[in-house]
Amino acid sequence: MSCSSCKPAVGGPPPEGAASEHPDFPSGSTNPCKLCTPLGACLAFKGIEGAVPLLHGSQGCATYIRRYLISHFREPVDIASTNFSEDSAVFGGRKNLHTALDNVGRQYHPALVGIATTCLSETMGENMPMLIGEYRKEAEERKAECGLGGAPEGSAAAGSPAAVVPFASGSEEFRNPHAQVRKPDRPELVHVSTPSFKGTHAEGFHAAVRALVETLAGDAARDTKLEDGSAAPVAIFPGMVSPADLRHLRDFCSPWGTAVTLVPDYAETLDGPSWADFERLPSGGTTVAELRALGIARAAVEFGHSLAIAPRTAGTHLKARFGVPLHRIGLPIGLRGTDAFCAALNATCPNVGASLLAMADPESPASRLLHGKPSFCSVVDSSGRELGLPARIAAERGRLIDSYVDAHKYLAGKKAVVYGEDDLVAGLAVFLAETGITPVLVASGERNRRLAAALFAAAPELRDRTEVREGSDFGDIEARIAELKPDLLLGSSKGYKLARALGVPLVRCGFPVHDRLGSQRIQILGYAGTQQLFDRIVNALLEAKQEHSDIGYSYL
Amino acid sequence: MNPTTSAASSSGSGIPPSVLQPSALEILPSRASSIAEAGKAGGPLNCGKTSVAGSVSQRACVFCGSRVVLYPIADALHIVHGPIGCAAYTWDIRGSQSSGPQLFRNSFSTDMQELDVVYGGEKKLERALLQLIAKHQPKAAFVYGTCIVGLIGDDVGAVCKRVAAVTGIPVLSVASEGFKGTKKDGYRAACEAVFHLIGTGDTTGISPYSLNLMGDFNIAGESWVVRGYLERMGVEVVATITGDGRVDAIRRCHGAKLNLVQCSGSMTHLAKKMQEVYGVPFKRVSFFGIEDMSAALYDVAKHFGSPELMEKAREVVREEVAKIYPQLRTWREDLKGKKAAIYVGGAFKAFSLVRALRTLGMRTALVGTQTGDASDYETLREMCDPGTIIVDDSNPIELAKFCLEQDVDLFIGGVKERPIAYKLGIGFCDHNHERKECLAGFEGMANFAREVHASVMSPVWNFVPRRATRKAEGLKPEGLKSVEPDLACGPQSAITNLKSAIVRAVA
Repeated sequence: MSCSSCKPAVGGPPPEGAASEHPDFPSGSTNPCKLCTPLGACLAFKGIEGAVPLLHGSQGCATYIRRYLISHFREPVDIASTNFSEDSAVFGGRKNLHTALDNVGRQYHPALVGIATTCLSETMGENMPMLIGEYRKEAEERKAECGLGGAPEGSAAAGSPAAVVPFASGSEEFRNPHAQVRKPDRPELVHVSTPSFKGTHAEGFHAAVRALVETLAGDAARDTKLEDGSAAPVAIFPGMVSPADLRHLRDFCSPWGTAVTLVPDYAETLDGPSWADFERLPSGGTTVAELRALGIARAAVEFGHSLAIAPRTAGTHLKARFGVPLHRIGLPIGLRGTDAFCAALNATCPNVGASLLAMADPESPASRLLHGKPSFCSVVDSSGRELGLPARIAAERGRLIDSYVDAHKYLAGKKAVVYGEDDLVAGLAVFLAETGITPVLVASGERNRRLAAALFAAAPELRDRTEVREGSDFGDIEARIAELKPDLLLGSSKGYKLARALGVPLVRCGFPVHDRLGSQRIQILGYAGTQQLFDRIVNALLEAKQEHSDIGYSYL
Repeated sequence: MNPTTSAASSSGSGIPPSVLQPSALEILPSRASSIAEAGKAGGPLNCGKTSVAGSVSQRACVFCGSRVVLYPIADALHIVHGPIGCAAYTWDIRGSQSSGPQLFRNSFSTDMQELDVVYGGEKKLERALLQLIAKHQPKAAFVYGTCIVGLIGDDVGAVCKRVAAVTGIPVLSVASEGFKGTKKDGYRAACEAVFHLIGTGDTTGISPYSLNLMGDFNIAGESWVVRGYLERMGVEVVATITGDGRVDAIRRCHGAKLNLVQCSGSMTHLAKKMQEVYGVPFKRVSFFGIEDMSAALYDVAKHFGSPELMEKAREVVREEVAKIYPQLRTWREDLKGKKAAIYVGGAFKAFSLVRALRTLGMRTALVGTQTGDASDYETLREMCDPGTIIVDDSNPIELAKFCLEQDVDLFIGGVKERPIAYKLGIGFCDHNHERKECLAGFEGMANFAREVHASVMSPVWNFVPRRATRKAEGLKPEGLKSVEPDLACGPQSAITNLKSAIVRAVA
């Protein structure tokens, strides 16, 4: 990624004065609108069943990231560290890595250890594939005494292909031809390169998802079906969404009758119930077996307008390596976003999709899935195309449109500032444009120069109305806000200070939300999730109107 | 101050440790020497070392130590030289309040990118400093080094010197590279940086009865509370270091006649340096709990040798205790016999909490710190009731294990410990630097008791699976446990459990 640093203001009116007010951009940041890459990797690894994230670097990285994630999810987030000292910085972190892997194995009995690097180990030039390979070899040699994996003695059979170094040289080129046959009772070691000086937490997240897929996905199950006998699943790479959104995605897909593998899936691990007993590793998550079977996925759907034009992702890997058809769409927020998701599901499940379009053949397999009732209907999407939908989903869609109508006059002419990760802000902006709210400023801490192109491709009507700022921070946003005079801020809780100073409502969504309860249950995806977000936005504006009114009308 | 004497200690000791089941959770063999039990013989606790790799320590790093200590200096520019993470995670993180400038609540960073790592970050740092100082007009600037700076060898000191010469304000380099030690080393680096400011201001007009408050960070206005007591006694507070801190006050603080050091782990180094260089003596005190707060005020009076000051101190204590005592008594009725776990950063806070819990009739069943030293743990061994588990640099699995085995009703810690407590159905009191509750001084004791009571006595615990299950198993409710002699001092002590766990772990 290019690190040349300017804040391109694309598409909107030129940000007058912005350049002169912020000559400091190349020199630093004021109140960041991004976090570091290892955080994203840890979050992704938390969505794998039995996984422990392990950061190769100083103790502080793990602890800070834990604290940050815990404050959002209000769940235990155990992240191990290889705990560098001055010695390890000089002589290398080999010993620390090996000790850490031993200790993580002893304490957690993980199914997978997700090893992410940090700025320290990356700058030192640690050769992670080599170090991990050496560890595997040594672990084999002393398998009798090593408790890694919590396996019964001797189960880590000699001659297991686990001894083969699964990474080719170059952290981004690794692949593991033996992944499918490795004994499940030894933890998988998945490495992702996440130097904090390159990219943001969002990029760390996507890199970790890609590493999981590149390391583990295989197609050995192609002829044998999956372990549980079910048909090939649809792989969904949802990106950084909330646990409640993940749960909703599963519900949403169920009428299509296909198995779905969400990667990652922290719906339970980061929003779990109260415990009867201590759980070393909370239950839930994408299983290693599911990851291994991704090579036979019937299709992959990847969310994110910006990710959709990224050169290498988990989805592109599955497509290139295993020929898995790939649908790259934006986050399913709003009508257009969710319509696109439905169209992708129809395409991935051709039988079901055809049935949906054929409108309610009660004898069709898809129909029988739905308790034998004809439960389909057809809608026309905003581009005039016919879209077959399960009745329940169509009803959610209809209600969302109905509420758009109910609220349209409250929203007319309102201006919003949206900030956060590329994919989130693009998805939100496309949705806002449907409602009559203008996203006057769309700001992201990322600097990959994809955001403007991605946004305007998805919502061409915003081309002349929306200013896009990449590599932004809250100092930068603050400087633009004075001129843009938004009615609303939409994004993480880190915009609170600005919203307070401006006296406008902040509707919290995305990551992090550190000042409210239920951050892990904020929904924005699908027609129903959008409905929740939409109601919150409208009500925030109504509340502001009420608060600032001298009369205080009780009917609005 | 003798930490082992406590008027209220007898109330807690009547409740024996009611160890239920040994937990199946394992302790790493390399961690066993960092765990002890009060009332049992044993060598000094293994502590003060870097954490065991892979153990999921609750500690942070050198940078964290420096950042938390210097953060509350309100009119200084704090800039983190490194990639964005370290700055992002410490943005507006503490509950420290300022009576004036809010500059410290921003997060400034050089946001180093790949090219900066390759070609060095000095120029970027210099530009950032010049621009930010011009924009925000701070009284001083602190530049925090991060891991990467230590590695690529940026000469931060030289940059600071150049910028100081241009801008005319002190620009101080904080040697806080994350990997170069533990959080304690970060405290030390912070003290070194602050020390450069001291001795550069005019000390005329400072009262003979004057002191600096050190190691109080004005969380939720705590420095103001303590300052209020001292001013009522007639003692001038020259500088608060660093809560509600001001650069100009710190510059002249060597004119004070005493340093009152509250968070001793973080600030003793500075106090010692001031004693060496400026001859200012220091006293280690704590402002948490009635006993320790009173003792601190009496210590000040004693130090100045003025009967008048002592009389005023007594007056303050009398008035303040009278205000909170009736309410404390009613809460104590409910809390009597309940058990608590403490896991905090520094040992002095732990001492105070053990005593404050006794005031509420509660017993400490588990106490640990991130940065305590061998003598601190010896003190804890002496002051805690037999059976209390004492642990250095613990991790989530150990903490959960001991909470379950000791069957505690309350956990006192920080945000990282909170989900361990909540998931297991245990009440929680945030005593970390992020809290927004004033817990220092006499009114702080009332707030502390209110918070403990609110959590421990909440009806929600009736519904959490762990306690509901216990009910179903027919175990008696909390209050009745003390009359069960077989549970009281049974052979199945926590340390036995621990040893069996270690045997299992090694096997």
